[in-house]
Amino acid sequence: MLSMMMQPSDRYDIAVLGGGMLGSAIAFGCAAGGARVAVLDEGDVALRAARGNFGLVWSQGKGDGMPAYAAWTRRSLAAWGDLSDRVSGLAGRDVGYRAAGGLVFCLGEAELSARREQVQRLHNQGHEGVRILDRRALLDLMPGCPLGPEVVGASYQPADGHADPLTLLRGFKAGLLAAGAAMLNGAAITRITAEGQGFCIERADGGTFRAGRIVIAAGLGTPELAAQVGLAVPVRPVRGQNIVTERLAPILPLPASAIRQTTDGTVQIGVTTEDDGSYDPITRTENLATMAARAIRVLPALARANVVRSWGALRPMTPDGFPAYAESTTHPGAFVAVCHSAVTLAAVHAGPLAAGILAGRLPDELAPLHPRRFEGMLAHVPAH
Amino acid sequence: MTPDVLMPDVLVLGAGPAGMAAAIAARGQGLSVLLLDENAAPGGQVYRALQRRDAADAQERRDAADAQERRDAADAQERAGKVLLAAFAACGAEARHGAVLWAVEDGPRVFWSENGAARSAAPGRLILAAGATERPMPIPGWTLPGVMGVGAAQIALKTAGLVPDGDAWIAGQGPLLWLYAAQALKHGGRFAGIIDLAPPGVVSRALRHLPAVLRGADYLAQGLLWQRAVKRAGVAVLAAREVAAEGEGRLEAVVFDGQRHPADLLLLHDGVVPNTQVTRAIQGCRHVWEQGSWRPELDGWGNTGSPGVMVAGDSGGIGGAAAAALSGTLAALEAARQLDRITTERRDAQARPARLSLARHRAVRPLLDAMFPPRPMAAVADTTILCRCEEVSAGQVRGAVALGCLGANQVKAFCRAGMGACQGRVCGPAVHGAIAAARGVPGEAVEPFRTRFPTKPLTLGELAALQA
Amino acid sequence: MFRRTEPTDCTVFWDGAALPAKRGETLAVTLLAAGITHFRDTAVSGAHRGPLCLMGACFDCLVQVEGEANVQACMVAVRDGLRAGPQHGARDLDDAP
Repeated sequence: MLSMMMQPSDRYDIAVLGGGMLGSAIAFGCAAGGARVAVLDEGDVALRAARGNFGLVWSQGKGDGMPAYAAWTRRSLAAWGDLSDRVSGLAGRDVGYRAAGGLVFCLGEAELSARREQVQRLHNQGHEGVRILDRRALLDLMPGCPLGPEVVGASYQPADGHADPLTLLRGFKAGLLAAGAAMLNGAAITRITAEGQGFCIERADGGTFRAGRIVIAAGLGTPELAAQVGLAVPVRPVRGQNIVTERLAPILPLPASAIRQTTDGTVQIGVTTEDDGSYDPITRTENLATMAARAIRVLPALARANVVRSWGALRPMTPDGFPAYAESTTHPGAFVAVCHSAVTLAAVHAGPLAAGILAGRLPDELAPLHPRRFEGMLAHVPAH
Repeated sequence: MTPDVLMPDVLVLGAGPAGMAAAIAARGQGLSVLLLDENAAPGGQVYRALQRRDAADAQERRDAADAQERRDAADAQERAGKVLLAAFAACGAEARHGAVLWAVEDGPRVFWSENGAARSAAPGRLILAAGATERPMPIPGWTLPGVMGVGAAQIALKTAGLVPDGDAWIAGQGPLLWLYAAQALKHGGRFAGIIDLAPPGVVSRALRHLPAVLRGADYLAQGLLWQRAVKRAGVAVLAAREVAAEGEGRLEAVVFDGQRHPADLLLLHDGVVPNTQVTRAIQGCRHVWEQGSWRPELDGWGNTGSPGVMVAGDSGGIGGAAAAALSGTLAALEAARQLDRITTERRDAQARPARLSLARHRAVRPLLDAMFPPRPMAAVADTTILCRCEEVSAGQVRGAVALGCLGANQVKAFCRAGMGACQGRVCGPAVHGAIAAARGVPGEAVEPFRTRFPTKPLTLGELAALQA
Repeated sequence: MFRRTEPTDCTVFWDGAALPAKRGETLAVTLLAAGITHFRDTAVSGAHRGPLCLMGACFDCLVQVEGEANVQACMVAVRDGLRAGPQHGARDLDDAP
């Protein structure tokens, strides 16, 4: 669907290749900065990570061994409230951002000890703010929450929270439409070539577009497109399965890493991390059963709640699990961005990252996240 | 996982004509058969509660002096149903009623629930015969209590002898509407009126399919008999273009062509569509757009693109009860061949009569589809609800298309249409049609809702109990 | 609405009121026969709803049965003395079955 204001033959200032959570946030920020923006997207059934998002706006546990990522995450959280206000207005519906704290539940003393050690280790790296709560402190925090007897405690980050990722995405799209951006859906990119001061982008449906700068934000499609502009960005699929229940009366006031109650009242349970190289975003009963069993240990009352749907999504994962951002040196003006926490990072993507792309220079703080760090990395660390 | 994983040669989902015929034919080849059905007794929807009614009606039938009534088309269909039910009861299939299937995985591996407990099986072959559902007919006020489908009223009649009375109206088009009206009248029901929404020119549309008219003469004759019975009973039949339901918290009136009439029951019908809720969730099952609805892509035996998974009956393409039974037989013969119980030659030989009959029954479908094309979604007002569960309007769906959504899954993500309890069972065709109309593209260009297991709700506790 | 043409043989209780029923019919049918079409209030807007399909597809007939929430009335076979009532909004897990 084309915006009324532009024809496909026009030259755009910025073409964002990929209209998921990441691409939409960057495009939104660029359009807000006054650029003529086009967002190119494959369509309804691309391997869409954007629909896999659990909705956490989360800093806890992020950036173990990569301080730049931890800092980038904290910066995003600080700006998330303003983003939510802006985008809710555009979406016509509350993005539902609630940042009253986030939990990682611990079942049994062994889990709690392990968690305590992890938190301490991250403290030593300079990550502050996370603390361990025992059961009594948890119940003080969430009076009346029917926690199961095995919940002996949790790690707690007061700055964390959650939002409705699909409303966020819709808000980005509405904002892009209002800014006159072109949203060009329905075909895959086949070729990117440098042309004069910019780029020529060809698509599988025969369409051709020109832009001064391009941003490759294509999730699992990133490696192939990045290679065309001289960047090596290895990305593999990591499947996450989710379960969602029927709408329930309020039962869980704060989000946890694997269970949260949305503003609609549904309870979302997740998320597996299946790193088997498969590109199948399917769900398997055996995994769902495991997720359900743990959820019931956390909140036994949920045993009577109906599962309405499950879904699987493929998250784009880099070799070390941290985002990658870069401008190509062989093709100046071509940028790449990939991450698996595009909801948490939405504020910095729409903010300083977009501003950097418009200015022609990525923020210095992103230098440690350049994909050149992957050279020589043979094994990959488990997704986190 | 579960305490005992059953391993029948063939697992059949659905005890309608296709499922029963498949079970009978599979048993005829010596295969072990496990059949699962949601309802309390076999028959599916078309033969619902037939055994119960058979006993009740027997006396009435013996007393009937009117030979015309005895030749009534509805009775002919029911005679076929009784034969099938008797053969099914005697065939030796293990039938589980109140069994609700909710997942199919590679293998195939099948999960279902009975009495709140999850079970599973690893059959040699799976034959899905889930039947059809009514196409949604979104009109203003259709979510008001008192507005139901004609199919629902037919179930109420068949299972409990309920007939319409008082200010009962029917609105819509299609053979099932007239069949039900005739049946209801025969059982003492009364209607305030029938609002015929078939676009003008039914006869000329029919005549454009003249060969099908000739082959399907018996279908058409049935339809005419039902219409004649209705008119003979003095029921007002009014042609109209649109209808709306009005009321505060419940149906109080129907409105059409500027007229407003009191109503406490409004029965809608706009045809039936294949039930593809399960097949759309199976990897490898492709679907094709045909005659205004999606159906699984099948070969001539009912094989899908997923190994070991077959489809029979209306859920593979609307064909009616007789065609459903024939396709069930064919699927079972093919399953027997795949399981090395019969040779290809014997399969083909045994299938021959069924194939010929099936071709004849299927030939009339294009005619019926041409006579009663689905009501256009473009004509549905922005304020009319499409997704009943999440209360999403046609306008909101069109708004999502304006934001760049190309298909039903993106639209779902943007406005929650299809995310509710029914998981798109009711609204799917309406949302899909609204997107196609808004984009100005044909139906096949718009992705339908992707479904996921569990396709029927089960509790977290029940799911958790499946843990190894 | 609807009228019965067959005799009833048992009693069910809807929101405390006794209704005639026939053993084995579904709760949805029992309610419709009694002229009741308001089965629930939606969790989305509180709108009144009743059944659309009577065959387990529409999920509009959700009611409370013997204290259990969100049960499809069209899939419950009545027995003498069954107690049921409207489903008002979302399931509350605090309500014990």
